[in-house]
Amino acid sequence: MVLLTERDRIRQSLSELVERYGNTRSSLLPILQDIQRQHYHISEYAMQVVADLLGIHPVEVFAVVSFYSFLDFKPRGRFVIRVCRTMCCHMQGKDRVARQLETDLGIKFGETTPDGRFTLEYANCIGMCDLGPALLVNDRVYTEVTPNEVHHIIEECRKVFGAHAVQSQEVGL
Amino acid sequence: MIKSFVDKKLTFRDMDPDVSLKAAADMSSAEIIETVSASSLRGRGGAGFPTGAKWKFCSRAEGDQKYVVCNADEGEPGTFKDRVILTRFPHLVFAGMSIAARAVGATRGLLYLRGEYTYLREGLMAALQKRRDDGLLGDEIMGVDGFEFDIEIRMGSGAYVCGEETALIESLEGHRGEPRNRPPFTADTGMNAMPSVVNNVETFAWAAAIMEKGPEWFRVVGTDQSTGFKLFSVSGDIDRPGVYELPLGITVQELLAAVGGENAKAAVIGGASGRVVSQAEFNRKVCYEDVPTGGAVIVFGPGRDMLDVAENFLEFMCEESCGQCTPCRLGNTKLLECVRMLQEGTCSAAYLREIVELGESIHLASKCGLGQSSGNIFLSIVENFREEIMGRALGAVEPATLRS
Ligand SMILES: Cc1cc2nc3c(=O)[nH]c(=O)nc-3n(C[C@H](O)[C@H](O)[C@H](O)COP(=O)(O)O)c2cc1C
Ligand code: FES
Repeated sequence: MVLLTERDRIRQSLSELVERYGNTRSSLLPILQDIQRQHYHISEYAMQVVADLLGIHPVEVFAVVSFYSFLDFKPRGRFVIRVCRTMCCHMQGKDRVARQLETDLGIKFGETTPDGRFTLEYANCIGMCDLGPALLVNDRVYTEVTPNEVHHIIEECRKVFGAHAVQSQEVGL
Repeated sequence: MIKSFVDKKLTFRDMDPDVSLKAAADMSSAEIIETVSASSLRGRGGAGFPTGAKWKFCSRAEGDQKYVVCNADEGEPGTFKDRVILTRFPHLVFAGMSIAARAVGATRGLLYLRGEYTYLREGLMAALQKRRDDGLLGDEIMGVDGFEFDIEIRMGSGAYVCGEETALIESLEGHRGEPRNRPPFTADTGMNAMPSVVNNVETFAWAAAIMEKGPEWFRVVGTDQSTGFKLFSVSGDIDRPGVYELPLGITVQELLAAVGGENAKAAVIGGASGRVVSQAEFNRKVCYEDVPTGGAVIVFGPGRDMLDVAENFLEFMCEESCGQCTPCRLGNTKLLECVRMLQEGTCSAAYLREIVELGESIHLASKCGLGQSSGNIFLSIVENFREEIMGRALGAVEPATLRS
């Protein structure tokens, strides 16, 4: 049995991504988006490897990661909650939803819970202005959120998280 | 599915994307461009560039590999009509892209979907696969020799400026989404330095509709310079927020009546890069020659605090400025600082005058459309609501009199 180190694993999964999207500069964003999805952030090591594989300077990769608000250097939670703070949601009461989220999760905006499950962030207009206040949990959209519903949204995530944990034990990860 | 209110039977619902594509497949490139030009269709993404002219430039440009790019970044605050179009009429949009491809001689299509709309991706991929299976994408589309085109979906990653077409191309090429200088224009030097057509989601859908119904059908609605219907995303203090199909050239007053916002004190037309229209201007027309918009209308009831509005939009601009050019990056933080001073009642009339001048400089000196329009909301609030924003002291204005 061959023991893979974490670094070997990252290198391998990145090689697969480069193969899938093609070894060109324009594949950079799709590759980074997948790393973010799989690892909840893009580490320095991952940036270095992607740069090597695409034949560009690592600082080019860094520059791209730092530009996009959905790409992060620091590990984010399994669930990133993004509350829209733009005008229409603001008028529809986003402040109260935001406050309740902070209280229920015990963190401030920009922070991640110590167990690594939840990150709380603000987003700019997410295109649900007629149905505010709106928020995203990862890719999922929640509209017309009330402060009272916040609790249910968090519980829903916890259930999903539990399910994932069981699954990964089964496949021996 | 997100249940947005959609006003009436949309024109798009009566369209048959296959008929549109068939019509284009039977035409030459020049005939398609002629048809779109004759309709006087202008871009629905905000800037209003004539679509036929854009396609013509691109068709004449030399390049081995041309691209058709659909701008589905929809980041403008208050805009959500592209989301509704992509959800309900994806085939019309894809047909429009294929028609553009035939017109300019492109074989590759890219749909740049904002990261916030990732949940739409699967449905769109399925729609694309269906088109491939039905022979509407791929080689020999509709059996026409040499009509070859396919579409790929690319995701954004949370950056408003990537809706600007040159930034969008930078992003597609794997770079930071920083706008380029123009010229050169995208039509001859776009994706991978190749000729590219970039259009808004709604523009492609209308182009397809025009191929089915003909340019005269489209021209009967609207004004001389702004033909056709337009989809509006209307939100804020109104009875029925949602997506409305209205003729261009409609007055603000009429628009407000249609959405149940008659008692509005002001509206932002055109989102964060638009401007505030106050009651005194409600007789103005919403169209490219008067008050232009990509479709965002945010309505403010009598109780809204206009400084709160200015603050929120400037926070947006400070956050979303790409940071390349100084007027936009630093200028907007100065404007925001001024709003905070006004809130505390510590902004002198003289300082306000200076800041207004700064706002005008930002407009003149910024590199791209984001910076050039970033101060508009602030400037139009200062212009129209001086009595409301001056002379404040913390706590002096009862919140109850400000908020509805
Ligand atoms: C800051 C900024 C953001 C923009 N965002 C969008 C957008 O989200 N969607 C869009 O279609 N056009 C957007 N545009 C306009 C595009 O640059 C471009 O004009 C448009 O995609 C052209 O398509 P059209 O002619 O069909 O409107 C934006 C422009 C600027 C300056
Ligand atoms: S303002 Fe919140 S979704 Fe548009």
